[in-house]
Amino acid sequence: MKARITVTLKSGVLDPQGKAIEGALSGLGFSGAHNVRQGKVIEMKLDETDEAAARAKLEDMCKKLLANPVMENYSIELTA
Amino acid sequence: MKSSVIVFPASNCDRDAAVALEQATGKAPDMVWHGDAELPATDLIVLPGGFSYGDYLRSGAMAARSPIMRAVIEKAKAGTPVIGICNGFQILTEAGLLPGALMRNAGLNFVCRTVTLKVENNQSMFSSAFSKGQSVNFPVAHHDGNFFADSETLDRLESEGRVVFRYVDNPNGSARDIAGIVNDSGNILGMMPHPERVISPLLGGVDGAAFFKGLVDAVG
Repeated sequence: MKARITVTLKSGVLDPQGKAIEGALSGLGFSGAHNVRQGKVIEMKLDETDEAAARAKLEDMCKKLLANPVMENYSIELTA
Repeated sequence: MKSSVIVFPASNCDRDAAVALEQATGKAPDMVWHGDAELPATDLIVLPGGFSYGDYLRSGAMAARSPIMRAVIEKAKAGTPVIGICNGFQILTEAGLLPGALMRNAGLNFVCRTVTLKVENNQSMFSSAFSKGQSVNFPVAHHDGNFFADSETLDRLESEGRVVFRYVDNPNGSARDIAGIVNDSGNILGMMPHPERVISPLLGGVDGAAFFKGLVDAVG
């Protein structure tokens, strides 16, 4: 299975990089773009074939390494 | 007194820390590689500054999961004094030994200069050399030093006297100007500024020498 994990800063956590991107977009003339937030995407292939088991494993990976629960949220997408 | 410095790939203040410890204890510390599973007998552990694992994923994230950290966590929980300086502070938060996280500096710039800190609590073993409210000057050199924690955690740190050092002029956006905190048992300190870089007039200051000397006296 293929997995895509998206890690984003929790709402309320200041994202200075997002702010800088927002400023740059505005400088390029893209008006009306607000609340720009920067995150990261982690992709991987898993040997696991059972979706529930794969999801449980990915949850564990996110909690132990891929995301920092103090400041980040994560979401998991799985495809065959 | 025996001390140890943990060396991660891309630590870069490990030798500075070693010189500071040798000056304060009279004995060179053991330099312990991150891939080792065990620590030598030690009365004090220093996690030095640097850019361990190239700051991949998050600053300190990889180092916090390296083999030696299991031994460091075990010793820290048993009461051995541990100091994390700069990247070491990031590693301690990532390892769950200290609350909060160190995020990208609010101004987005790498900040490299000497800053003045106020000693908020001199009852800690890490600050007994100083008087409460004293100003000390330590250099900072970091990109991710913006201390973040939820307001409940910040309130608890404040009310329990666990904010040991505070910036006089906040260089990185840290919540409540926090520069250094201790854990609830008081044996683990994390701080972004570098006391090991000011241990001699030749290096531009001696506040760091007082820091290490005070700690060694307190640990005994």
